[in-house]
Amino acid sequence: MKKYLTGFTLAAVAAITLSACGGGDPMSSSSTPAGGSGDSIIVGSADFPESQLIAKIYAEALKAKGIQVTEKPSIGSREVTIPALKDGSIDLMPEYGGALLQYLDSATKAVTSEEVTKDLATKIPSGLTLLTASDAEDKDVLAVKKETADKYKLKTIEDIKPVAKELVLGGPPEWKTRLNGVAGLKSVYGLEFKEFSALDAGGPLTLNALLSGQVQVADLFSTDPALKDNNLVALEDNKNLFLSENIVPVINAKKSTDTVKETLNKVSAALTTEDLITMNGRVAKFEDIGEIAKEWLKSKNLG
Amino acid sequence: MNYLFDPRHWTGADSIPTLIGEHLLYSLIALAIAAVIAVPLGIYIGVTGKGVFLIAGLANALRALPSVGLLILLVLLISPAFPSKMGYILPSLIVLVLLAVPPILTNTYAGVRAVDAAAVDAARGMGFRTMKILTDVQLPCSLPLVLSGVRSALLQIISTATIAAYISLGGLGRLLIDGKAQNDYSQMVAGAVLVALLALFFDQLLAFITRRVVSPGLTRRTIKSASAAEAVKTPVTV
Repeated sequence: MKKYLTGFTLAAVAAITLSACGGGDPMSSSSTPAGGSGDSIIVGSADFPESQLIAKIYAEALKAKGIQVTEKPSIGSREVTIPALKDGSIDLMPEYGGALLQYLDSATKAVTSEEVTKDLATKIPSGLTLLTASDAEDKDVLAVKKETADKYKLKTIEDIKPVAKELVLGGPPEWKTRLNGVAGLKSVYGLEFKEFSALDAGGPLTLNALLSGQVQVADLFSTDPALKDNNLVALEDNKNLFLSENIVPVINAKKSTDTVKETLNKVSAALTTEDLITMNGRVAKFEDIGEIAKEWLKSKNLG
Repeated sequence: MNYLFDPRHWTGADSIPTLIGEHLLYSLIALAIAAVIAVPLGIYIGVTGKGVFLIAGLANALRALPSVGLLILLVLLISPAFPSKMGYILPSLIVLVLLAVPPILTNTYAGVRAVDAAAVDAARGMGFRTMKILTDVQLPCSLPLVLSGVRSALLQIISTATIAAYISLGGLGRLLIDGKAQNDYSQMVAGAVLVALLALFFDQLLAFITRRVVSPGLTRRTIKSASAAEAVKTPVTV
């Protein structure tokens, strides 16, 4: 009895000591990442399909110009990817203007595309550069089923207020603490939901939860073809909590050569919101992201 | 470690005690279901020798199932039928039960098989009926192996129950998943440490229970201490 108690204590102490060692960020690397020289660009993306698709388009467009590209898809949420851009683990990423601005400055008052672009230029961390934003936009939308919208007469997010206590909200886990998530819904709209269900970022789990009734209100993306396919109602964001989200390449200033800039700006100019809805629909049908990206580039004479 | 020692994290909805409670609830329910399935099945296969292929094939194949993948597949299949939390709880429990069945099943089978044939023969010779042999000879003799199967099953369940958080349920996985999404490593470390401590605690608890319930005649340790007690006694009587 005494013997194994000692063993247990030892193991417990070891566990605590071990975990205490890595005080800082265990994923950070102090050394410069491999392939950080010359024209080679490391393209990263967030952990949802559209970000991966746009990153793929960037990568293929750059490759077509003879630039060496390494891809690091599906890294994670902004809380992970922005530090990765800063420390040089990745060089280039497709970003969404509004969400990026709110991440960098949670007190921002910017709402329209112009305001967001203007504010972003001053808030972007040193060492990083924003290229020209695309007209293509993918906003967070709060979606409800048609039945729910009819039952509670919901048109705008504000309409939820009287019934919020009966509804469960579904979204990605980072929404718990984010301003353009649970925190903003409470401070801007005064919404306090019955519960928040941490699922994925507008992915299959969230959509499935909304359709099968585990959640009644879900965070989806405006370019998600599932909205139309499932007859969902995207509630109007009448108090502009979710600001404009034009797609913009964020790049390490050192890697932003003229060829790179020109190539990516052409991609941004050609990309439209409708293109994204169509391409997202193909991704949802498990078509190869690489093929979709190449076909799009070819159709715009960029491949 | 700051996360762990911040008093704010010890009360409220997503507090550490609540998460530990949820974690244990999922784990123990899954273990109970797994034991109810695997122990009788293991005994049956061990005693009759029928269906050994189940052990060699099915049980071992189950071990290779990727838990997270299976979980998401089950959520997509099952949750439309249950428009409530049950749509997530059920898939999580199935995954955990599938994880826990193989170690319990194989160990129960091996335990029953390994019982000394002479002991069974002796019992039969003394007029014991088959059922009596099972309950009085075979089961007590195989208990150490059965319990060690339960022990490794519980260890796996406790460490794997973290995936329930992936589909919005509670448990200590919440700290890992939320911590990762929010880039809050102190929260993740807290989750990892707590899962490890919980697993260690229950492993030791089961080790303790094993020592208590297994017949002293089956373990070398108690024989030793018995003979030591005799050795102490001997000089007194002489």
